[in-house]
Formats: sequence, C-alpha cells, structure tokens
Amino acid sequence: MRLATIIRLRLRSLFLRKRVEAELDEELRYHLEREASPAIAGIEQRKEECRDTRGLNLLDNLAQDFRYAIRQLRKSPGFAATSIFVLALGIAANVAIFAFVDAALIKPLPYHDPGRLVSIFETNRTSEQYPASYPNYLDWKRLNKLFRSVDAYDMNGGLTLTTSAGPELVAATRVSAGFFRTLGVSPVLGRDFENGEDSVSAPETVLLSYSAWQQRYGGRPDALGQTVTLNGTPRTIVGVLPRDFYFTPTGSPEFWATLRESGATFHESDPCEKKRGCHNTGVIGRLNEEVTVQAALASMQSLAHELEKQYPDSNRDQGANVLALSEVIVGNVRPILLMLLCGANLLLLIACINVTSLLLARSDGRQREMAVRGALGASRARLFRQFATEGLVLVALGSSAGLIAGGWFMQILKSLIPAGMVASMPFLAGLGLNLRLVAYACCISLIAGVLFALAPMARARLTEMLEDLKEGSRTSAGTTWRRLGANLVVAEIAVAMVLLVGAGLLGKSLYLLLHESVGFAPDHLATLAIEAPAASYSKKELFIALEQQLVEQVGQLAGVKSVGVSNGLPVGGIGTVWIRVVGRPFHGEHNEVSTRVVSATYFSTLGARLWRGRYFDETEDSSKPLVVIINRTMARQYFPNEDPIGKQIAPTVPPRPPIEIVGVVDDVREGSLDSAPRPVIYRPFNQASSRFVSLIVRTSHADGQIFPSLAAVIHRINPAILIHGEATMTERINNSPAANMHRSSTWLVGGFAAVAFLLSVVGLYGVVAYSVSRRTREIGIRMALGARRESVYRLILREAAWLAGVGTVLGIGGSIAATTLMRRLLFGVRSWDVPTLAAAALALVISALLASYIPARRAACVNPVEALRAE
Amino acid sequence: MSKPTDLVQGTLDLLILKTIALEPMHGWAIAQRIHQMSGEVLQVGQSALYPSLHKLEQNGWISSEWAVSENNRRAKYYTLTRAGRKALEQEAAQWERLSAAISLIVRTA
Repeated sequence: MRLATIIRLRLRSLFLRKRVEAELDEELRYHLEREASPAIAGIEQRKEECRDTRGLNLLDNLAQDFRYAIRQLRKSPGFAATSIFVLALGIAANVAIFAFVDAALIKPLPYHDPGRLVSIFETNRTSEQYPASYPNYLDWKRLNKLFRSVDAYDMNGGLTLTTSAGPELVAATRVSAGFFRTLGVSPVLGRDFENGEDSVSAPETVLLSYSAWQQRYGGRPDALGQTVTLNGTPRTIVGVLPRDFYFTPTGSPEFWATLRESGATFHESDPCEKKRGCHNTGVIGRLNEEVTVQAALASMQSLAHELEKQYPDSNRDQGANVLALSEVIVGNVRPILLMLLCGANLLLLIACINVTSLLLARSDGRQREMAVRGALGASRARLFRQFATEGLVLVALGSSAGLIAGGWFMQILKSLIPAGMVASMPFLAGLGLNLRLVAYACCISLIAGVLFALAPMARARLTEMLEDLKEGSRTSAGTTWRRLGANLVVAEIAVAMVLLVGAGLLGKSLYLLLHESVGFAPDHLATLAIEAPAASYSKKELFIALEQQLVEQVGQLAGVKSVGVSNGLPVGGIGTVWIRVVGRPFHGEHNEVSTRVVSATYFSTLGARLWRGRYFDETEDSSKPLVVIINRTMARQYFPNEDPIGKQIAPTVPPRPPIEIVGVVDDVREGSLDSAPRPVIYRPFNQASSRFVSLIVRTSHADGQIFPSLAAVIHRINPAILIHGEATMTERINNSPAANMHRSSTWLVGGFAAVAFLLSVVGLYGVVAYSVSRRTREIGIRMALGARRESVYRLILREAAWLAGVGTVLGIGGSIAATTLMRRLLFGVRSWDVPTLAAAALALVISALLASYIPARRAACVNPVEALRAE
Repeated sequence: MSKPTDLVQGTLDLLILKTIALEPMHGWAIAQRIHQMSGEVLQVGQSALYPSLHKLEQNGWISSEWAVSENNRRAKYYTLTRAGRKALEQEAAQWERLSAAISLIVRTA
C-alpha cells in the first residue's frame, strides 16, 4: 500500500512537474504570508531543499544538461556537423565490417550441436585437405568406431536440369542419405532422405533448397511430388530445406540429390565413384559424445593405414585428417576479416581522437564559464556530468548516423565481392542489421563517449579553475595536448598517404589490366559454351558434323558477321600438351605448350592477325595431312632464327604422329589477363575435334541481343544441347578472375584510403584550430605591433604545411615499403611509380592547406584589442 | 528563523507526526502548534519544516490534500496515514529510550 503511494508520488513529480512546482510555490507563499515577521524570503532555497528530498534531482539535472548540450551544438553547427560526420564515418565502417565478421564467424552454424561435427579429409603428399574417394568413404563409414554417423557429399558442382525451355545448367549437389541427419537439419516441408535411399536400386529423389522452392515453385506446397529431370534422370521432389540452412563446402546448390555408387557424372563415361583412386567425395561426421577431435584423428589415421595396406595401388601414402567443421568453413576468411576489423577499429580510434581535439579547441573558450560555475557552487561531479552529457549527445547523434550509414556500407561491401565468391560464401545471405550489430555499435559508441567526456575534464581541474579566472593562463596540459595532437596528425597523414598511394597504384593496375592488349578485337563479340549430350554424340565424326552445322546455321543469322568455334575461349582456361620438334634431338623433355582446337574461321572472327603462312581451310579434315598453327611466342621460343612454316612438331605423351606448321598468328591472350604470354598451338576442329564447344560470334550489335536467336538456332539442331556461359567478350574480360581480384582490392583499399584521408584532413584542422585558439593573445600582440594579415596567415599556414609535409614524407617512405609487399597485386606499374606518388602527395598537401585556411582566416581576423583583453 | 540543531532535526519528524496525529493541519499551523505545545521553546523554521513534510509524504507516512483554511485561502493539509501511525509509535519509543539514556549520563555528576 505504501509502495503504491510512493510510486504514485514519484511519477507525479516526474510527469506533472509544473503542477507540483506550482503547489510547492503556493504552499510556501501561504506560510510566508502567515508569518508574523516575514524574514527575507529565501523562497527559492526552500524550494530547492524540498526538491532535494524528492530524489529526482538526477533526472532533472540530466535533462537540463541535455538541453544545454543541444543548444551548444546548435550554436556551432560547423563543429557539430564535422564531429558527427567523422564519428558516423568511423562507426559506419566498423559496423559494416563487423556485420561480415558476425555473419561469418560469430553467428552459430545452422546445424544441431555444431561442435560435434567434423570434416574428414584424405592426406597425400601434396595436400592435407584432399577430398576422399567414394570407396574409401564407404570403408570409413563401415569400419569407424568413434563416430555416431559418417556421411558424404559430392564435390562436383553442377547438374543439367531439363526444362521446357531446353537444358539448363544448375547448381546442384549429391549427398548420402544420412547427410542431413548427421548435420541435424530437418526439412521444413516434406521429408528427409530415408536410410537406403542412396542405394542403386532405390527410386531417385531430390530435396529443394528454400530459395529454389521460392523461385522455381513460388513457395507452393504442391512442389512436393513433382518431378525434375537432372542429368537425364527424373527425380521426385520429397522435401524442402530450411531457409537459413547453408553448407559452405558445396556452395549454394538449388537441388540436393542422392549420391550413389553408379551415378555417372556428366563428364565421364567411367564413373569416378567406382574408382578408389578418384577423389571427388567430401566427408563429414558427427562425433560420439565425449570423443575429442584428436582421438577421432588418431582413430581415422590408423584406419587409413589399414586401408593403405589393403589397397596398395590406390591408397599408397594416403592418410586421413579430421578437422572441426567450423574450422573448415571459416578457416580461410577469418584472418582477412579480423585484419579488416582491426583496420576499422583503428580508423574509429583516429576519428575519436580527431573529435576530441576539436572538442578541446572549443572548450578553450569555455574555461571562464567553467570557472564561474565552479565558483557558484557546482561540484566537480556536476561539471563532469555536463561534459559527459555533451560528449554523449555527440556520440549518440554520431552513432545513429553511423548505424544507418553502416547499413549502406554493408551493401556496398557485399557488392564488391565477385559473384563467384559470393556463391562459395553462403553465410553472406544472413548479412544484415541484427541485435548483435546494434549492441556492438552501442559498445563502441559508449567507449567513444567516455573518451570525449574525459578529455575536456582533463583541463578543468579544480586548482586550475582559480588560475583561469586570472588573465593569460597557459597551463601545461595545453602544451602536452598540442604536442600529442601534432604527432597524431602527422601519423594520420602518413597513414592516409600510404593508403592513397596503394589505392592509386591498384587503380592504375586495374586500368592497365583491362586495357591490356589481348591480341584480338574484343568488342562486338558474343560467346557461349555448349555441351553436347553424351548419348547422342559419342563419336568424333558426330562432333565435327555438329561443329559444321553450327558454323553454317549461325552464320546465316541476321546480325552475325562471322562465326568461330573452339574448345575454349580466350581469357579463360586452356589445356596443355607436351610436344617435341621433329628433326631435333629429343631426350624425353617435357616441352609444355598450350593447345586449342579451333575452326577455320576462328581467327578471322576474333580479329587476330596472321603473321606468316595461312589460316586453316574448312576442307582440311582427317583425310588430309595434319596441320597446326602456332603463335608468335611459340615461334620465338622454339624457332628463334628460322621460319617455322613447314616444320613439324609432334605430341609426346601420348605419342602421336607429327603435324605440320602452316601458319603463325600474333599472340592471342589465352589464359589469365595478368599472366605472361605462353606458346600456343592451334589444331583444326575437323582434325582434332572436341565435345566441349564454345561459340564465338562477331555481331553487328555490341550488347547481348543475339543470344536468344543463337539459342533458338542451336536448339533447332538438337534441343538437348546444354547452353551456358552466355556473355559478350568484354563482359568476360571484365569479369575474369584477375580483373575481379584487382577491382575488389582497388575498391577496398580505395575505401579505406578515402576514410583515412578525410580523417587526417579533419585531424589537421583540429590541431591547427586548437593551436590558433591557444595563440589568440600572441596573434593579437603581433597585430597590435604592426603585423599584417598576410603574415598571420603565413604563420598559421606554415605550421600546417610543416605538419603536412612531415606526414607526407613519412608517408612516401611508408608507401614504398608497403607497396613493395603488395607487388604481386600490381600489374604494369612499379612500386615506386612517381606520378602516383606525386599525385597523392599533392592531394594531401593541398587539402591540408585548404583545411588550415579556415583557422588561419579566423586568426587573421582577430581583433587585436579583443584578443588582448580576452582569454 | 533559527536553524534547529541536528538532534531536533532528527526528531522533527516525530514532532510533526505527533502534532498531526490529533487532527489534520497545514504547514504553518503545525509550526505554530509545536511552538505552543513546547512551551514556546521550539521554533520550527520554514527551512526545516517543509523538507521534512515532503520527505514524510514521500515515505508514505503522511498524506496531503488541498483545502480552504481558516483565513479563506487554499492550503495543503497533512493527515497521518496508517503506516504513519505505526511509525509514530516506533519513533516515540525510540525517543524515550534515547532521551532516557542521555539523561542518565548527563545527570550523574
């Protein structure tokens, strides 16, 4: 009963403040009136004492401080805007990177009790994490003692889905029947695979991923029971996996089928699963209770040893390795992410120091105010609360802006990751603002706020307060901060310089890479790859016939200028072969050259230049003499001083009959953009042939408008042909792995460089502004003694230029060191590329001078009389 | 107005509670009654009275309401609550024990 009354009263004081105050006023006045001899009314003090008993002073004062802090910020919008911007930048960078760290490292894996899950590898002389072979996996499953269950997944990535529009390459994987049970994952719809469903005789079933269910079947429950044809086999859909399920080693497959012994992979007629020496199976296991990873490792190693003795041909020198599944999944991203997080935290620290120096520069003018407050009776705690509130308000505003900006930064960072890598990091799907992020943001904001609150207080010590009331005080704390601030700014500028130079060099590399001469005309070229189904095309003659049909029919399409066919595309992967030159002594050396199989029109379609000899003829088939065209690099390496035309070369492993060189072309870039040119030999399609065929079409339009008509033509020839990888050549070049890597690193380093640049400019401004505010009196004296405004400008700018200069010089040294480390990432530029260094240095110095212009102007506009009077 | 000594400050609560145990009163009347009943010895000033009154109210020992006073002006009247009555007994007993102990020491020569 009492408690309710007490609470009611307190709430009343809190919310009906005006009424309560009015009542108090009225009560006290009534008493005063009744007093026979009214004393000097200390009514306000009485009120204060009454208020004290109400115990809500703290809230009252905080509200007051808060209002005062907001007022102060509104009075200096420049300072407020700068500080909030700087803080927001630091916090946004942190939040964005932490989001990645959270999604990759902190968020728990979507399996039941993931600590018990391990990944089992084979080891051999080249690798500690080698995939297992299917027969080995079966033996492991049967003979192991310490695992509750062992299951497998297929390492090969794609299967052909037969749709009404023709065959489509989809991401799919095959797993053993108990796979999801081992992981502890249950489907949200339908059922899991049953035991034995992966045996050869069981009917073929498949599970859908959640996104596939949404996208292909609209999330309807009637997807269950429907049939999909994968790799020519109809399979029934029996279940749908949960939305947040992912399994990184397999990427993001849409379909999960069963792994069975006889499953012929698309590319081999001799299935890998039957061979003990063919390694394409990934293995996971769930440990029994209380079993450690070390014990499991020892057990598996002895098991592998047994198998080695049993099957000496295939299993020789092959052991086993057991690693925690979580390690395998996050192992290789963890160092990068943690390094990025450290970098972001460093940036935030610099941002906080900048804002602190700005706060100090401002608080200089408030020394008198603090001294007066102290004299009026404010305790140190009260003053501290004032500063703390101001700092917290700044931090609160900065971090709310930072959280919002962080959301944008997150999306930007995500878009920087090349598409191929995104598929291999499926945990990125869970990236987003969540409670942990907000908690992290609050944490770092609090630390920042504490820093800001402490900084001005460092100056307002009680003993100083009395001195501050006197004129012209220069406390030692001021000089210490000035030195510290100057050193920090020099360091900031040096760091910004290093990052700027790094970003500049990477950007230049990217530009050079993309504009590197590729040896042909990449514009107006459309490319795609096809796979002829093994069933219909089993013999060489059929491939050749297919190629001829393609060239003929595609060539007749409107908008097609010319067509070429080969077994691969430039700026991509290429096969190799060992050859010898006929007529020269050969002692079994491995002369490795790259090799392509191309149609007669390949070079003319590409626009490659013929240097010597001739192109292939369409009529040159196996009945005519075998011919080959080589490239300039090959001619230079193998025939340096002679004409290669007419000479003969022959493959050595396996040995084949010699082929005559009939032409030499200028180098076409086969292989990665940033690799050196290699010797390449080209064989005519009609003589060598291949089941993998890529089509290159020179079109009259630059974009990909031609693809639908190409698909129609190809499907007219045979509707079961699988088409994939449609892209224009310029797209292929821009999205090649080398280009992607360069682009991502350029943007990332560039982002950090931009932030560091902004922060160092703000830092410099802060330090210069602070020193100006300390020297107001000195400047006033100088001006009174006759110094002109220009000399005041010079005075201030000289200090700024000195700081910037030292920072830049240090930065140049640092950047040369850093970019030497980064040499591998650079393409076509030296580590000490002078134009880039000069540009970065110039940018820094100019912005430093611009930043210090504002305080310099304030110094020059000081009224000498006021400067001498104030302080 | 004399500022009461610390001892009386602590027992002021007791005096207030006792005074309004008889009938509800407003602040000024309480001060007058205490002055009267103590034989004009104790003079309670505004600076001690109202903070005490507010503290007692916050503790829930007295309750207040506005009413018209004897000179036709609005004033805040304080009444003893049930908890206050119990507190009064305890405080009174406490005071008896304390004052007896002090008297014992002071009187022995």
